[in-house]
Amino acid sequence: MFGPLISKPGSSRNNKTGSWRTETKPKFLQKNCIGCKMCLLICPEGCITGAEKNTYACDYLYCKGCGGCAAICPKADIVMIKEESKD
Amino acid sequence: MKEFLEGSRAIAEIVKRCRPGVISAYPITPQTHIVEDLAQFVADGELKCEFVNVESEHSAASVVLGGVAAGVRSYTATSSQGLFYMMEVLFNIAGMRLPLVLTCANRAISAPINIWNDQQDSISLRDSGWVQMYAEDIQEASDFHMLAYKLSEDASIMLPVMVCMDGFILTHGIETVDMPRQEEVDKFLTPYRPLYKLDTADPVSMGILADPDYYMETRFAIQETMKKVLDKIPALTQDFSKAFGRTYNGLVEGYRIDDAEKVIVALGSVCGTVKEVVDELRLKGKKVGLLKITTFRPFPAQKIQEALKDIPKVAVLDRALSLGSYAPVAAEVKAAFFGKKKGPKVISSFIAGLGGRDITKDSIREIFGLLTAKEVSCEFIDLKPELLKEKYE
Repeated sequence: MFGPLISKPGSSRNNKTGSWRTETKPKFLQKNCIGCKMCLLICPEGCITGAEKNTYACDYLYCKGCGGCAAICPKADIVMIKEESKD
Repeated sequence: MKEFLEGSRAIAEIVKRCRPGVISAYPITPQTHIVEDLAQFVADGELKCEFVNVESEHSAASVVLGGVAAGVRSYTATSSQGLFYMMEVLFNIAGMRLPLVLTCANRAISAPINIWNDQQDSISLRDSGWVQMYAEDIQEASDFHMLAYKLSEDASIMLPVMVCMDGFILTHGIETVDMPRQEEVDKFLTPYRPLYKLDTADPVSMGILADPDYYMETRFAIQETMKKVLDKIPALTQDFSKAFGRTYNGLVEGYRIDDAEKVIVALGSVCGTVKEVVDELRLKGKKVGLLKITTFRPFPAQKIQEALKDIPKVAVLDRALSLGSYAPVAAEVKAAFFGKKKGPKVISSFIAGLGGRDITKDSIREIFGLLTAKEVSCEFIDLKPELLKEKYE
């Protein structure tokens, strides 16, 4: 009998490491965004996507809730909210 | 062909016939002769193999991990501190389900530094996921290497195997050994066919991160496979017997236990001494016997239950100790009978032969003598009380 032992290239997407997140997660308000991309660039998980202003969002399946995006946003348009919050 | 060989030479000769493609090892007494001879075979062109000289056992284990991960049969050997220095890599090899054979020339653990034989080194790695087989004599040690590769590389097993042989007693002892011809070994041990390997044409990653969603299943799978090993070993020893004419039980071996009233349970070379004493005591009408545990991991609990169910008194002889607790083999033998209706009334535990202190026939007679209705735990044999008077104030 074998467990999961090997992985093929490009399979890191299969590991939904967002399960490690505790306490807080970012909420992208998409109101005052100027499209500066700072959130996308600072995200250590590379899980933030967006192009035009007010289109940026993160993928909670991989987000660890580090808060880097919220801290760097020059317009305070990203806020950290409690994990249990619905939105 | 029968040859008069030093134990280490016999192991080198049999490993050569198993045709590993990668060998890496770091010398440590009493393992050195084995890999010294193998290095000579490679240098002389007798064995086509990559012999990788390394700066430590940690590297040696890592190199053979890499060798077998790339799909090549690999081999290493070590002892004592060297085995411990390999430790984290050995857990990785088992966790990555890489079939490998390692010879452990059993030696005591520091401190105090001691190069002589006991079994504390390999016993301490009992939880590593490696199969462990303990040889009684040089012939067994040699034959077990062929069995070990065959078992390890079986597509339903894929677990590494540690062949344990008592340092000096077996590695440096000289015995007549029936050394099979290359063609015979080739017939028994066909080339290794990996289920998966490192290959640039079809890349995979091994030893990957397994987060809480994945890890437990990998451990469960090893535990289940270990149960399978208990069925596989007897099947393989039958094939072995057909191929080479020597019969092994593979898991446990009873010696004159059928009507025995007192039985010693032991691992490794001391079993030879116990057999001698059993024969002598039997001549005097004493009903004594031996149960040799050949495979310690997986632990053949059921075979032990069957063998000892009607024996009133059992003594377990350990050459290792879980300091602050019970003797390792004794604890497991006792556990095997807990809650069972049939079984020994007494299972006493004895510690002997640590750090190379000889276990003589007198030691064995003393154990049979101390095996009475009064159960004892971790009773040290051949202890010198005068050495315990040291004072440091």
